[in-house]
Amino acid sequence: MDFNDTPEEAAFRAEARAFLNANAVLKSEHSRTSGSRAFNAEDVALSKAWQGKKAEAGFAGFHWPKKYGGREGTQMQAIIFAQEEEKYLVPPGIFNQGVGMALPTIMSCGTQAQIDRYARPALFGEEVWCQLFSEPAAGSDLAGLRTRGARDGDDWVVNGQKVWTSNAHFSQFAMLVARSNPDVPKHQGLTFFILDMATPGVDVRRIKQISGTSNFCEVFLTDVRIPDSQRLGAVGDGWKVAMTMLANERFTVGQAEGPDFDDIFRLAKLVMLDDAPAVNDAAVREKLVNWFCQAQGLKYTRLRMQTALSRGKTPGPEASIAKLVSATKLQEIAAFGVDLLGQAGAVMDSETAPFDAWFQNALLYAPGKRIAGGTDEILRNIIAERVLKMPADMRVDKDMPFNKIPAGPR
Amino acid sequence: MNFEFSEDVTAMREEVKRFLTKRLPTGAVRHQIETGDAFDRELWPELAGMGWLGVAIPEAYGGAGLGHEALCMIAEEIGRALPFVPFSSSIFLAAQAILEFGSEAQKQKYLPGLADGSLIGTFALAEGAGDPSPDAVRTEFASGQLTGRKLPVFEAAAAHFAVVAARSGSGEIGLFIAGFDAEGIARETLATLDIGRPAATVTFTCVAAEALPQAGNWSAVTRLLDQAAILFAFEAVGGAQAAAAMALDYAKSRYAFGRPIAALQALKHKLADIYVATELARSNAYFGAWALEANAPELPAAAAAARISANEAFFEAAKENIQIHGGMGFTWESDCHLYYRRAKQLSGNLGSARYWRNRLIDRLMTQNQTAAA
Ligand SMILES: Cc1cc2nc3c(=O)[nH]c(=O)nc-3n(C[C@H](O)[C@H](O)[C@H](O)COP(=O)(O)OP(=O)(O)OC[C@H]3O[C@@H](n4cnc5c(N)ncnc54)[C@H](O)[C@@H]3O)c2cc1C
Repeated sequence: MDFNDTPEEAAFRAEARAFLNANAVLKSEHSRTSGSRAFNAEDVALSKAWQGKKAEAGFAGFHWPKKYGGREGTQMQAIIFAQEEEKYLVPPGIFNQGVGMALPTIMSCGTQAQIDRYARPALFGEEVWCQLFSEPAAGSDLAGLRTRGARDGDDWVVNGQKVWTSNAHFSQFAMLVARSNPDVPKHQGLTFFILDMATPGVDVRRIKQISGTSNFCEVFLTDVRIPDSQRLGAVGDGWKVAMTMLANERFTVGQAEGPDFDDIFRLAKLVMLDDAPAVNDAAVREKLVNWFCQAQGLKYTRLRMQTALSRGKTPGPEASIAKLVSATKLQEIAAFGVDLLGQAGAVMDSETAPFDAWFQNALLYAPGKRIAGGTDEILRNIIAERVLKMPADMRVDKDMPFNKIPAGPR
Repeated sequence: MNFEFSEDVTAMREEVKRFLTKRLPTGAVRHQIETGDAFDRELWPELAGMGWLGVAIPEAYGGAGLGHEALCMIAEEIGRALPFVPFSSSIFLAAQAILEFGSEAQKQKYLPGLADGSLIGTFALAEGAGDPSPDAVRTEFASGQLTGRKLPVFEAAAAHFAVVAARSGSGEIGLFIAGFDAEGIARETLATLDIGRPAATVTFTCVAAEALPQAGNWSAVTRLLDQAAILFAFEAVGGAQAAAAMALDYAKSRYAFGRPIAALQALKHKLADIYVATELARSNAYFGAWALEANAPELPAAAAAARISANEAFFEAAKENIQIHGGMGFTWESDCHLYYRRAKQLSGNLGSARYWRNRLIDRLMTQNQTAAA
């Protein structure tokens, strides 16, 4: 066991650092990851520019083919770059859906024309993508989606509603799954499309989140015409394509960001309880140690996976651990940070509340981390069924034609 | 970066696993204790013969010299198979103490015997309820002799000697070797929660003993506890995994309401949580193995994190294993209780969870101060 880079990895890390030093500013000890603020037009422009700069320099699309602007490098390089980039103040990442999810899916399921059209603009930050999967009646049960896609000559006509779509308000393209055949069981009647968000009939409305800010939207689709050339995969293969995409999502959705052990530890040393720092209190220590053990456990679990990865193994459903554990840890730490401040815990004024009200803000975005990208319960199902090989849930609707499946009162 | 055990060590671990699985019927200890003997006297020399007692003992002292990472892997298999042998007392504690704090002559004298199994050692720190603390050590060492009472001393009946913590004339706590054949030493058997880990009260009345010269104060004791904590954490990870595997196998084969109980979500989520806790504990134990082998400054924090997470995962797995087995799990004949007992034995043996939590936070506070300075 060792924590040293191989000579190639060390050379790459030095290259990455040189690029970051020349193009970005190191975070100070007190800079905090945002997550509570809506992205404005300026953020989006800065993010696009930063993505472009990285792609130009060969620090994006690490395992993409060179002909699409990638590096033809390794997964390890992607990890090393992310480790280094994390130390710098850079614009928010809005390219996960495009570079991390849509394009890898297009590369494995799409036509050459689709790859040629979409790969470079996504990689170079010119086009932002969003994911039009969830609907009011279909979240965890994604295959239960109702948005209708009907063939009409060379086009498809799409009608329905999507919801909780992150970044839809500034995205140029979307991955869309619609029901092309309601007469067959639910997984068989779906088709996957690439949607130009500027198409007539696409109506994006922002949704206000718990915190009052808004990073996700509802998207109404009314007689939206999509040329058949924008179909991804075969008619009726939408579920298969969506699963390919969700497998890619597993690589991109990692730990929930926000205040972690070091931050709550620092707060516990600052705050006084009964004339002594809170960190001296036995009940406080008990909680701190739990989070330390979890944070360390996650860190070294990640290193174990990276080792497997560097030996050419693909991480499996075990990768669900990181999101499952870190989202709850984040929520607990945020809540405890508020508790530690006692009577002033409820103050959210960034001038007054410690660390720019970071704990209060995190308290209001942490619930979303336990829901987005697979809820806690769905992740436990995945671990039980895919890692531990326990029998799948009974699915009463699995073999029924979709239009015969009972739906609750709506 | 390479955060995985080497191929040699992994291969050896597979061999240990195969051997123990084949050699021991599950729950063997249940029958072995009925013989009234202090340990499995047939298995012990076999383990020694395979070279497994001495993996971390240097070749110069009769060991295999494969290092502590190898010992960690064996510890995990011990935790899984629950053999009735004084492995942890003799190897994790007594041999480790001599390796770390003994003189050259003491290493020559004791380590080869510990490695070939002809000598068995144990560790005597506790003097009744409470956590490790220099103030709690009342046993004294004066004029070359130990006087005091230690309780519990695990595997005392099997051991030839004990490494004893005692206060010397200077007031400092040191470590001393006393043979059980010496004059003035008495062992009185205690009933124990873990039937696989017998213990005794050991009374010393002017017992001749020799000091471990490098163990000059309390910090030697805490260092030994840190090192042993990592080995015990691997034992707990092995136990947690075995108990969870038992529960999972049973859940898949037991039918209720027309389907395997493993199809019920209450059980799926419970076992998923135990899997996650065990994986995090394993990762913390891996970092502990690295810190132990590298003798890194992170050792104390790594040991505490490894121990706390492994013990918690083990107890969770062990108690829910009984629950998932229903009435069957509550019987003497099922193996469930053997893990349940072992989990609690491990969670107190080197001090309570509270003690280790406090040590961890205190350590992180001083680390932070040094970082700030
Ligand atoms: C911040 C945020 C961003 C998001 N971004 C996007 C996006 O960009 N694109 C997109 O398509 N979607 C997005 N989503 C939607 C997200 O994928 C869904 O909210 C999620 O899959 C849950 O679906 P649901 O909201 O319909 O809840 P439901 O599926 O109705 O779940 C309700 C509750 O029932 C539980 N439950 C459901 N099924 C099971 C089961 N089988 N076993 C046990 N419990 C179960 C759930 O765990 C949950 O607690 C986002 C959500 C959030 C919060």
